[in-house]
Amino acid sequence: MKNFNTLIIIFTLGYIFNGAAQQTPAPEQKEAISIIGATAHIGDGGIIENCTLVFEGGKITALGTDVATKGRTINASGKHIYPGFIAPGKSLGLIEVNSVRASNDQDEIGSLIPHVRSLIAYNAESKVVESMRPNGVLIGQVTPKGGRISGTSSIVQFDAWNWEDAAIKEDDGIHLNWPTSFRSGRWREGEPRGYQPNKEYQKQVAEVERFMANAVAYGKATAREAHPPFAAMQGLFEGSQKLFIYAQREREIIDAVNSAKKAGVKQIVLVGGYHAPRIADFLKKNDVPVLVHFTHSLPNFDDDDYDYSYKLPKLLVDAGLLVGIQNSSASNFQTRNLPFYAGQVVGQGLDKEVALQLISGNTAEILGIDDLYGTLTVGKSATLFISEGDALDMRGNILLHAFIDGRDISLETHQTKLWKRYMGKFEGK
Amino acid sequence: MRLKLLLLAILWCGTIAYAQDYFPDNDGVKAKNNNFTALTNARIHISPTQIVDNGTLLIQNGKVVQVGKSVNIPANAVRINLSGKSIYPSFIDIFSDFGVEKPKRPPYSGRSAQYNSTREGFYWNDHIMPENNAISKFKYDDKKAKELRAAGFGVVNTHLQDGIARGTGALIALNAEGGDANRVMDDQSAQYFSFNKSVAKRQSYPSSLMGAMALLRQMYHDASWYSKGNVATKDRSLEAINKNSGLVQIFSAKDKGNVLRADRIGDAFGIQYAILAGGDEYEDIAAIKNTNAPLIVPLNFPEAYDVSVPYQAEYVALKDMRHWNQAPANPKVLVDNGINFALTLHDLKSPANFKTQLTKAIKHGLSKEKALEALTTTPAQILGKSNSIGALKAGYHANFLITSGDIFEEGTTLYENWVQGKKNIIYNKDLVDIRGEYDLTIATNTFKISISGDAHKPKATVKREADTLSSKFSFNDNWLTLSFTPDKGKIAYRTTAIVDEAHKNLTGKLVLPDGRESEFTAIKTKEYTQEEKKENEETSPEIVAVTYPNVGYGYKTAPQAENLLFKNATVWTSEEAGILNETDVLVKDGKISRIGKNLRAGNATVIDATGKHLTAGIIDEHSHIAGLSINESGHNSSAEVKMTDVVDPEDIDIYRNLGGGVTTIQLLHGSANPIGGRSAILKLKWGKSADEMIYDNMPKYIKFALGENVKQSNWQSFARFPQTRMGVEQVFMNYFQRAREYDKKKKSGAAYRYDEEMETLAEILNGERFISCHSYVQSEINMLMKVAEKFNFRVNTFTHILEGYKVADKMAEHGVGGSTFSDWWAYKFEVNDAIPYNAAIMQSQGVTVAINSDDAEMSRRLNQEAAKTIKYGGMTELEAWKMVTINPAKLLHLDHRVGSIKEGKDADLVLWSGHPMSVYSKAEKTIIEGATYFDLEKDKQQRAAIKKERNQLIGMMLKEKEKGNKTQSPKQNKKQRFECDTL
Repeated sequence: MKNFNTLIIIFTLGYIFNGAAQQTPAPEQKEAISIIGATAHIGDGGIIENCTLVFEGGKITALGTDVATKGRTINASGKHIYPGFIAPGKSLGLIEVNSVRASNDQDEIGSLIPHVRSLIAYNAESKVVESMRPNGVLIGQVTPKGGRISGTSSIVQFDAWNWEDAAIKEDDGIHLNWPTSFRSGRWREGEPRGYQPNKEYQKQVAEVERFMANAVAYGKATAREAHPPFAAMQGLFEGSQKLFIYAQREREIIDAVNSAKKAGVKQIVLVGGYHAPRIADFLKKNDVPVLVHFTHSLPNFDDDDYDYSYKLPKLLVDAGLLVGIQNSSASNFQTRNLPFYAGQVVGQGLDKEVALQLISGNTAEILGIDDLYGTLTVGKSATLFISEGDALDMRGNILLHAFIDGRDISLETHQTKLWKRYMGKFEGK
Repeated sequence: MRLKLLLLAILWCGTIAYAQDYFPDNDGVKAKNNNFTALTNARIHISPTQIVDNGTLLIQNGKVVQVGKSVNIPANAVRINLSGKSIYPSFIDIFSDFGVEKPKRPPYSGRSAQYNSTREGFYWNDHIMPENNAISKFKYDDKKAKELRAAGFGVVNTHLQDGIARGTGALIALNAEGGDANRVMDDQSAQYFSFNKSVAKRQSYPSSLMGAMALLRQMYHDASWYSKGNVATKDRSLEAINKNSGLVQIFSAKDKGNVLRADRIGDAFGIQYAILAGGDEYEDIAAIKNTNAPLIVPLNFPEAYDVSVPYQAEYVALKDMRHWNQAPANPKVLVDNGINFALTLHDLKSPANFKTQLTKAIKHGLSKEKALEALTTTPAQILGKSNSIGALKAGYHANFLITSGDIFEEGTTLYENWVQGKKNIIYNKDLVDIRGEYDLTIATNTFKISISGDAHKPKATVKREADTLSSKFSFNDNWLTLSFTPDKGKIAYRTTAIVDEAHKNLTGKLVLPDGRESEFTAIKTKEYTQEEKKENEETSPEIVAVTYPNVGYGYKTAPQAENLLFKNATVWTSEEAGILNETDVLVKDGKISRIGKNLRAGNATVIDATGKHLTAGIIDEHSHIAGLSINESGHNSSAEVKMTDVVDPEDIDIYRNLGGGVTTIQLLHGSANPIGGRSAILKLKWGKSADEMIYDNMPKYIKFALGENVKQSNWQSFARFPQTRMGVEQVFMNYFQRAREYDKKKKSGAAYRYDEEMETLAEILNGERFISCHSYVQSEINMLMKVAEKFNFRVNTFTHILEGYKVADKMAEHGVGGSTFSDWWAYKFEVNDAIPYNAAIMQSQGVTVAINSDDAEMSRRLNQEAAKTIKYGGMTELEAWKMVTINPAKLLHLDHRVGSIKEGKDADLVLWSGHPMSVYSKAEKTIIEGATYFDLEKDKQQRAAIKKERNQLIGMMLKEKEKGNKTQSPKQNKKQRFECDTL
C-alpha cells in the first residue's frame, strides 16, 4: 500500500513537471546591444522620447537621445522600453499548482520560523514563473507564507538554471504577519461569518514582542547553544535585512511599527496597509515605505468607495510615502498582471510614469536592490523589455524582447507552445 | 383585612385538586370546589377593543363565567377587590419551544458527508420529520413557565424546533398546579416547517436554501402522490403530512426574504402559512403585505454597537447601524400597512427582555391596542382558537393578568398571572408602598432611612448625617427587616416590622448591638416622589430613512427610466456597423430608439458624450454575485433547485458590478455536482426587488459541471458517486435515460409521480432548457457533447472551458459556445494546460466565445479582461469587445434584447470616460432600460451621504452607551462571497 502511494506521488510529480522542460535560460550577453527610437520609461518618474539605450556586459552603458549605438541594433521606433517589473512578497517557484499538496513548498509548520529560507526551495523551472516574463515581470521576491513569522525571503530574477543562478539578493528580509485586532468568525464552530474583535490580540502581540526581545538578547552574547530562530533575526537588528510587516488597519500598523522600532529593527516595510492613508504622517515620520495591497481587489467594507482599492496606492503616493504594489495574497499566476495593477491607478488620476514607479523603481528601492535594478540608469543592470505599446495597459503590453542582466531571454512559455501547437493543428487542416 | 384576603386566596388555591371526576381518589374524600371567584372593581380589558371600568370578572372551574360592569356575583363566590388595578387577557406565544428539548448540534467532526438517509419507513430525507409530535417530547418546565408567566404569557404553542418539516405543535397552558391533563389544550395544534436542516441529523441534502425549498416542493408532490395510493411501501412521514394538512401550518422563515420564499412555496400548493418573520420586514413592506400571510413577529431589536473606538466602529456596516435604528419601528410599519401579526418571544435572549423590547416598539409608534391584539386575539385567531383564548369572555379560559395599571407603561407592575383560573403571584399586589424618607432616633442618634426604587421591590439606604452606613434591607409580604452598622466593624442594629397601610410610620422591634430589645418607630418625614426623567425621553425617536436596498449606496427611490440623448459619442455597436464616431444615440421608453448624427432630442435629456465611448452593457455569463447560496452539493444531481429562489438584491457587489459597466449576469449554480441547478438571469437593477431583477420570459438554463469539483478531488469526500471522469459520464447517461422514460410516461397520459428533477431534465431533452457546463479538460468536454448527441440535443455553452482550444473544431461542429476566463490557470491540477490564448483560438474556429468572471472582483473589470484577448492571441478590438457584450448575449439567447447598440433593443448602455477596453477608463454611467443605475456623480453624493449618516448613527449609539444601555461589541456581518466551488 505504501509503495502504491509512493508510486502515485512519483507519477503525479512526473506528470506535473514532465512537460516542464522549460525555456532554456539565455546565455551571458556577449555583444553590445543598442535599442533605438523607443520611448524609454525610466521607472523613476522620467521619460525619454526617441531614446537610444545601449547595454553591454549586462549593464546599461548609455541612455539618451544623443547617444551613439554600439553592437547589435534593435530598431524599436514607436515602441516602448521599460525596466523589468518587480513582484514583491510572492511564493513564485514555491508552489506550482495551488490544490496539489505535493507541489506546495510555501508554508512550513511552526509559527515563529525566521530561520526557514525560501531560496533553496525556489524552482527556477516553474511554469508559473516562466509565464511572468511575457508580461514584463522579470524579478520577484520569493517569500514563504503562513504563520506569524513565515520565514526569510530572497530576491531572484526569472531566467535561471537553478536557484543559485537566480539569486539577486539572498535572505533579503523576514516576513511577519502581524496579529489582527479583529478576526473572522469560525463558522464551522457555529459562529457567524464576518469579523469580530479578536480577544487574543494583546496576547498575540506580546508573543511577537517577547520573541523579538529574546532575539535581541540572544545576539548580545555568544550563545552556548545555538537557537536557530533567534540567530536568524540578527540581520534585522544589524540592518542587513528588512522586516516586512503585513498589517492592514490603523491600530495594527501603529502597534507593529512601534514594536519593531522598540526591538531595534533598523528597516521596516509595511505590506498591505489598507488603512495606511489614515496614518500616513505616522508612517512618514517613522520612515516606513509601503508595499500596498494590489488594486484588483474588492473593498474590505461594504460602505467603502467602490474604487477604494483602485486608488489606494495613489492616496499613499499623494501623502508623500514611498510606495510599491504587491499582490502577496493573490494566486501566483496572477502576478503577471502586476503592470495592470499599476495601470489601474492611472485611471484614478495618478501620472503614468509615477504609476510605473510602483512596480519598478520604488519597489527596487524598498527591497534594497536599487543599486542594480528598478530603473533604466547607466551603470545598472540591463534588466528591461521592449513593448509594442503601453505596458501598463492590457492592449499595449505585448513584449517583443526582454533582457535580464543583458541576456536576451525567451518569451516563449508552456502556454505559448500550446497556443502555437493547436493553432498549427487547425491551420494545417 | 387585606392580609386575610390574601391568606384566603392562598388557601382556596391549595384546596382545589385538579383531578378528573372519574379518577379514583385514595388521598382522602372526594371534594370538588365549585365556588366562584369574583374579581371586582377592576379596569378590565375584555379584549383589545373592549374595556370596562369598575368591572367584575367572575370565574369558576378555570373558565370565565361572566364579565362586565353589572355581574351578578353568586353567594358562593370568593371576592377579590381590585380597585385601582387592571385586568388583561394573558399573552399567547405561538412560536415557542417550551418544554420540548431541542437536539444539540454535535461538534464539527470533519467527517466525510453522509449522502443517504438513516431512517427506515420514513421519507428519504432525514430533515423531513413531519411525523414528530411535540407532545410526545413535551415535559412541563416549571422554571421556564415561571419566567414566561412573569412576562405576561399564559399560553404557548410549542414545537420541536428542528428540521425542515418539524411535525406538530402542542398548545400548552402555563398552569403551574394542574397536571398535563389541564395544561395540554391541544396536542395537535399546528404543523411546523422551516428552511433549516436538523442539527442532529447528518444527511448532506439539502446543503443550501434553494435545496431546502426544492425539497419542500418535492415533499408536497410526493405526499399528494402517496395519498392517491400510488406507493406500495409505508412512508410514515408522508402519512403525517397528509394527516396534518388540515391543521394550522406555521413556517419559520426568520427574515423578510424567507417570508416571501415560504409564502411562494405555500402558494404553489394552496397553503397559507402563518410565517415567523425576522424583524426586518419594514425593509420590503409592500412585498410582505402582498403575501397576505399572517406573521409571527419577534421583538429581536439589536442592541446598539459599541462604537466608542473609531477603528473598531468601521467594522459595523451602515446597514447594521440602520437596522439597530429602524428595527424597533418594524411592528408599527406592519400595523400601518394593515398586516395581521402576532408577537412572539422567539429570538429574545430571555422572556425578561420582553417588556423592554415591547415598550421600545410602542415608543416607536406601535399602538397599545395593536400590541395587545398581537399578543392575545391575533395569535388566538391564527391558531383557530378565537373562541377559547385571547380574550375574557364567558366560556373562555380564565387566563388573565392583574396589573397596577396600563400594562404597556414602564412603571406598571404585573402582580398576578392567572392561568386556567389558577393564580400565580409575580409580585404581591397587597404589598404596602413604604417608599419615602424616615427618621429613626435611637438614644441621641438620628438615622435617616430612605426607601426608594420599585414599589414592589424597594431598596433602602441608611445615613447618619452625611455618612452612608452599611445596611441590609428586605421587604416581603409586608414584613420589613433592616439591619445597619453605625460604626465599622461593630455589631449591627437590627429591626423588624410588619407594615400596615393605615400607618404612615414604621413601627416594630429593635435589637441593639448589646442584645437588648425595644420598640422603635421611624417617623416618615417625606413622601416618595418619582425622580424626574432625565432628558427628553418622551420625544419620539429619530429614525433614519429606509433606502432600496436598505444598505449603503441604496437609493431613496429606485432609478426611473428617462428619455436620453447621447451626443457625439464614439459608439461601439457590437454589430456589423462596428464603431461609429461622433454619433448620437437616442433612448426612449427604455429602448434604443435611434442611432445617427445630429439627432433631435425632443423631450429627452441631452448627455454630452464628446470624447466619450458608449457601449452596450457588459454581460457576465458566469457570475455568483447576488446569490444567497450557490451550491446544492447534497446530491450528484440537483436539477430541482432554482437560483431564482435565492436571488439577493441587496448584495453590494451588484452596485460594484454596475460601477464596472455590467448590466446583465447569469447567476449560475456552482460546480459541486455533475447536474447542478437552474440559473437566474438578472438585470442588475440596484434598488429593485429580486423578482424585478429576474428577466421576464427568462431563457431557461441549467448548470452542469465536470472534472475535479464534481469528483470532489480537492477535499475530503470519498463517498459520493462519481469519483472519476468515467463516473461522470455514467451520471449523465443514467439521468437523461430516466428523464426520457419519465417524459414518455408523462406524455402518454399515464399517472406519474411529479418529479421536479426529471421535469427539468426533460426540458433539456425537449430543447426548452439550455446547459451551461463548467468544464476544464478536453476529454470531458468531448464526452458531454457525445452524451448530448446520443440524446439528440445540443450543449449550449461550455463555461470555463479552459481546454476548449484543444477541441475547438469539435465544438464548432457540435454548435456549442465557449465562455472562458481571460487568463486564469495553475490553481488546480486540471488547469495545467489552461492558456490565455484559449478565447482567440476557439473564436478562430468559429465558436461563439465570451469572457466571464466567476468572481465578484473580476466581474467589475470584464472590459479589461476582454482587452487581454488582444494581448493574448491578437484579437481585433471589435471582436474582443463582443466577447463581453453580444457574444454572451447570444450564449444566453438574449441577443434579440441586449448585448449591442441597435435600434429597438433594450437601452442597457454604458458611457465610458475613454476607450472601453483601456485599463485607464471608467464607467461614468451605467443604464438599464433607460434608467441610470450607476452614475459617477451620484456615487460621489452617495459617499458623502454614507459618511454623514454613519456619523449621525454613531452619535446616536454613543448616546445609547452613555445612558447605560446595553451595547454589543462591533462586528462585521459579512456575506459569504461565492465562486463556483464554494460549498
